[in-house]
Amino acid sequence: MTTNANVDTVRFEDLPALMGLMTGAEKHGPAATSTLDVLWVLYDRVLRVTPESATAQDRDRFLLSKGHGPMAYYAVLAAKGFVDPGVLPSFGGYDSPLGHHPDRTLIPGVEIASGSLGHGLPLGVGTALGLRAQGLADPAVWVLVGDAEFDEGSNHEAVAFAGAYGLDRLHVVVIDNSSATHGWQGGIAARFAAEGWSTQTVDGRDHEALYRAFTAEHPGRPHVVVARVEPKDA
Amino acid sequence: MDTMRDRFIDVSSRLLDEDPRLAVVLADISAAAFGPAQERHPDRVVNVGIREQLLIGAAGGLALTGMRPIAHTFASFLIERPFEQVKLDLTHQGVGAVLVSAAGSYDWPAGGRTHMSPGDVALLDTLPDWTVHVPGHPDEAEQLLRHAVADGDRNVYVRLSAHQNAAPVPVEAGRFSTVRQGSRGVVVAVGPMLDAVLAATEGLDVTVLYAATVRPFDAASLRAATGERADVVLVEPYLAGTSANEAHAALADRPHRVLGLGVPREEHRHYGSIDEHLAAYGLDAASLRERIGTFLW
Repeated sequence: MTTNANVDTVRFEDLPALMGLMTGAEKHGPAATSTLDVLWVLYDRVLRVTPESATAQDRDRFLLSKGHGPMAYYAVLAAKGFVDPGVLPSFGGYDSPLGHHPDRTLIPGVEIASGSLGHGLPLGVGTALGLRAQGLADPAVWVLVGDAEFDEGSNHEAVAFAGAYGLDRLHVVVIDNSSATHGWQGGIAARFAAEGWSTQTVDGRDHEALYRAFTAEHPGRPHVVVARVEPKDA
Repeated sequence: MDTMRDRFIDVSSRLLDEDPRLAVVLADISAAAFGPAQERHPDRVVNVGIREQLLIGAAGGLALTGMRPIAHTFASFLIERPFEQVKLDLTHQGVGAVLVSAAGSYDWPAGGRTHMSPGDVALLDTLPDWTVHVPGHPDEAEQLLRHAVADGDRNVYVRLSAHQNAAPVPVEAGRFSTVRQGSRGVVVAVGPMLDAVLAATEGLDVTVLYAATVRPFDAASLRAATGERADVVLVEPYLAGTSANEAHAALADRPHRVLGLGVPREEHRHYGSIDEHLAAYGLDAASLRERIGTFLW
C-alpha cells in the first residue's frame, strides 16, 4: 500500500483537513472529534508502533474499543502513514476498508475490530496476558473507551480483574464527554482506583497534560487516564 | 472410569508442559483441579473469576498475540451467556480458540434450567467456520482435545458431558464411523447417545453411524450410508433437530426423510437424575426403539 511520504511533517493542525475527506451518513460526528487530541498525542509521542512495525511482536498495541466515530482514528492513521490519505474519501463505501466501525482485517495497524461497546477492555486484558506469557515485558497495551461505553458491564469485569492481577502493561484512556446517560457519580477514575489502578484525570484537549499522564510511572499496577473534554451535548 | 472433564484437565495440564503457545483461561469452574498446572505455568493458566464475558474476551486477546487459548466453563456460561463475545472477540476478530465445556444439556438435572445448555451447538451454527466435537468417552475426548489444540488457529468447541458410553469408538476427527450396517435406514448417534442407540436398534436392519464431530458435518459419510433408502434419524444430546438442516443439505439431490431426535425445546421443570431426564425426553433405549421403528417401518 502507498504510505504518506510526508509523515514526519504532518501536524495536529492538518488533521481536520484529513477528516474532511471523509463524508457521508456517519452520525457520530461529535464523538469522533472528542478523541482527536488523545489519538494524536498517543500516535505522535507515546505509542512505539509504525507502519513498518505494525506486525512486530514487540510493538505497542492500541485498541480502539469505542469504535463509534472513527474518523479521527482514520485521520491519525493516515497522518502517521498506516492508511493512504487517498483512501479516506471512500469512507463507508462498499469496497472501502474504512467502515463506520473499524475492522482489523481490512486496515493495517488496526488491532481490533470494534463497534459493539465493551469489547476492547477484555480483549486488552487478554492481549496483555498473552504478551506476559511470551516474556514480552516491554510492549504496552492501550485501550480507548468512552464514558458512555463504560456503562457496559464487560468493562467492569476487565477493570476488576486487571487491578487484582496487577496487569501493569495494560493502559486505558477514557474519553469523558459526559455522554453516559446516568453519569458516573464520584467520577470514572474512582471506579479504577477502587480496583487498584493507577489513575490520572486530565484535560483531554491539553496535549502536554495528556503526554505527562500517558507517560506517568505506575509500577505493578495498570494505569488509566481519564481525558475530560467538553460535554457531547454542549 | 474417569469422566471426560477429568481427562480434559489431565490432558490440558500435560499439553501446557509441552506447548509454550497454549494457555488455559478459567472462570472459577475446574480452577482447583488446574492448580498444579497453574503452579508450573502461572502466566498460562489464568482464572479470571466468575466473569464469563472476560473469559472469552481474554481468550480473544491471547489469540491476538499468537497464543492458542483454551477457555473452559459450563456450557451455559461458555456459549450462551457470553455469546456476543464468542461472535465478536473470536470469529469477527479473525482469531481462534478452543472452547471446552462441561455439563452439556442435562448433566446436573437437580441444578435445573440455569445449568442446562441444550442450545449451544445451535447457537454456534449461526457463526461461520466452527468445528464442534461431541465425544462420547474420555478416550475420544482426549484424542479430540489434542486434535483441537493442534488444529491451527481454528475455532473449535469441545462439548464434554458426564453422560458417556461404556466403551470408546475408534474415531477420526471430522468423520463419522460406521458402527453397524443395515439396509432400512441410517441412525446417526452423536457422542453420548451411542449406547442407547445401539440398544434401541438391536436386531433392526439399520445402519448406525457414530458422530463425535458434528461440525463440519460429514455429509459424504451420510450420503454413502444411505444407499437406496435415504431415511435418516439423528439422535443428538442437545436441541432436537440441530443437525437436521445439515442432513437435508447432504441429501438435497435425492428424495429423503429426516427425523431429528434430541432434547426438546420446551422447559422441563423437573430435577432428578440424568437417566430420568433422558427417559422424559424420549432418549432412553426403549423410547428410541419405538420412535425409530415408527419412523422407519
